[in-house]
Amino acid sequence: MFELLGIAPQVLMGQLLLGLINGSFYAVLSLGLAVIFGLLNIINFAHGAQYMMGAFVAWMLLNYLGIGYWPALILAPLVVGATGVLLEKLALSRLYKLDHLYGLLLTFGVAVILQGFFRNYYGISGLPYQIPAAMAGGQNLGFMFLPNYRAWIVVASVIVCLGTWFMIEKTRLGAYLRAATENPALVGAFGINVPRMITLTYGFGAALAGFAGVLAAPIYAVNPNMGADMIIVVFAVVVIGGMGSIIGAIITGYGLGLVEGLTRVFYPEGSAVVIFVIMAIVLLVKPEGLFGRAA
Amino acid sequence: MMALTKNQALEPAKQPSSIGMPLLHKVIFLVLLAFLLVLPFMVYPVFAMKVMCFALFAAAFNLLLGFGGLLSFGHAAYFGGASYIAAQAAKVWGFTPELAVLSGTLAAAVLGLVIGALSIRRQGIYFAMVTLAFAQMVYFFALQSDFTGGEDGIQSVPRGDLFGLVSLQDNISLYFFVLVITFGGILMLYRIVHSPFGQVLKAIRENEPRAISLGYQVNRYKLMVFTLSATFAGLAGATKSQVFQLASLTDVHWSMSGEVVLMTLLGGMGTIFGPLVGAAFIVSMQNYLATFGAWVTIIQGFAFVIGVLLFREGIIGVIARIIKRPL
Repeated sequence: MFELLGIAPQVLMGQLLLGLINGSFYAVLSLGLAVIFGLLNIINFAHGAQYMMGAFVAWMLLNYLGIGYWPALILAPLVVGATGVLLEKLALSRLYKLDHLYGLLLTFGVAVILQGFFRNYYGISGLPYQIPAAMAGGQNLGFMFLPNYRAWIVVASVIVCLGTWFMIEKTRLGAYLRAATENPALVGAFGINVPRMITLTYGFGAALAGFAGVLAAPIYAVNPNMGADMIIVVFAVVVIGGMGSIIGAIITGYGLGLVEGLTRVFYPEGSAVVIFVIMAIVLLVKPEGLFGRAA
Repeated sequence: MMALTKNQALEPAKQPSSIGMPLLHKVIFLVLLAFLLVLPFMVYPVFAMKVMCFALFAAAFNLLLGFGGLLSFGHAAYFGGASYIAAQAAKVWGFTPELAVLSGTLAAAVLGLVIGALSIRRQGIYFAMVTLAFAQMVYFFALQSDFTGGEDGIQSVPRGDLFGLVSLQDNISLYFFVLVITFGGILMLYRIVHSPFGQVLKAIRENEPRAISLGYQVNRYKLMVFTLSATFAGLAGATKSQVFQLASLTDVHWSMSGEVVLMTLLGGMGTIFGPLVGAAFIVSMQNYLATFGAWVTIIQGFAFVIGVLLFREGIIGVIARIIKRPL
């Protein structure tokens, strides 16, 4: 009954799972981009580098300090978030009065520095990071084998996405945040420290990227280029979804991951570019993006 | 004609007529040409040719960013794409150098037209992301398709005979071939910027809604400038492939797109001579700091950050402000 177009169910399900995992990373990363964009109006080009940094911090914690995966899942995002706060305070905050493109250029420079730095000290061959013992092994579902760690990635990313969505849409803090997105001057007049909120928002977005990096560390080799390759695809995801809505960014991320997985089954050569092709189609049909507000 | 009169109405009255080259620019171009004529006898000609190719590349990029106000983060696609086509034409199809360069340039123009038509449907940072994503698509194509040779690129491209007559094996004769192309390209870009078309671009950059209300088909102008910019970027890339006898993934990689942004930013975006200075600066830096290995990347990253934070006018921008003349 699973014999679809002569493709074995194991293959189809396996690729769909792979797609869902990629989609988890797309969702968390584009969510971070959307959160930052909402308040700061800049595109954080360093997002990929911060994702890579999260993976490296987890690796360093393990190899230099003997701190394992679970604490790293909290600590590494905090470290990355702290560097984000520093970056916003020292550099980004000086650019808000200028064209938003300068923010893009600045974060691009930061990405180049971070990437060059890790390449200098750790090479490009990639460092191994063990899957945590509690997550080793897998489940036999009858029609396919599901590795525990991969299931965990999907679960963890869904929790983080929904948590962020809940925080922004349903809590008082989120209400301040949304208000500041609409009209920062008015929110400031109500006695809320908007600059600090902006700083923390950037730090939070960076931390999300770092979290995704830690999740990725055990399944992809920890490698200075892992972020750059990822972030360009995530940019396409963001263009397709539009950055107007948090939930839109999440749905687009998972959806495109699945589409990519399906493409790998039916037309493997096209899997690297299918997201870009979808982007081209979306630009033709609905230029503002699937969930975007009219530009 | 209509466009000309309209655009003169847009021009602030105090600006001098944009028709005809100011004396200062004439002098600079002549001095530059004289310098370039003796340069190959002073430095290694291949290095000088590399600088000239990147100067044209940066000038082409500056047409889009500095004068069109559009930040493309994917110009490596046209530069590298053209270099692949030119290398293929010279090596496999047996084209003479000028035809190889021409076919690479044409390919870049077509690519620019297609990607430009899609990209101008979004503005601002989305535009930057879209162009970057399409360039990545070109990169994947270069990585995976057969003729591009994957990681190896297209190697040992023959230099051939110009018009089938003059051998370009010798570095000096190739140098003058490259000089004519790049210098000619830069003069053409100068002409485009100072044409009525260029003035409309300026109006669109400064105030797009107003340009629309004056009846300009803004998107057509944007597409036109995007295509022109891609074409000249392609001319630079195609020429570079003849100089180095190589087309490789480096030329289509996103870091190349970043490099050309850096050259333009450091030299001074929206100036005529800034991109040339920026290109010379960055290529020399890569050349002389090559012993530091990967540190060059980090230095470039810092140059980016410092340039954006403290030095947004760029080298030529600062000079132009001091002498109070557009450069």
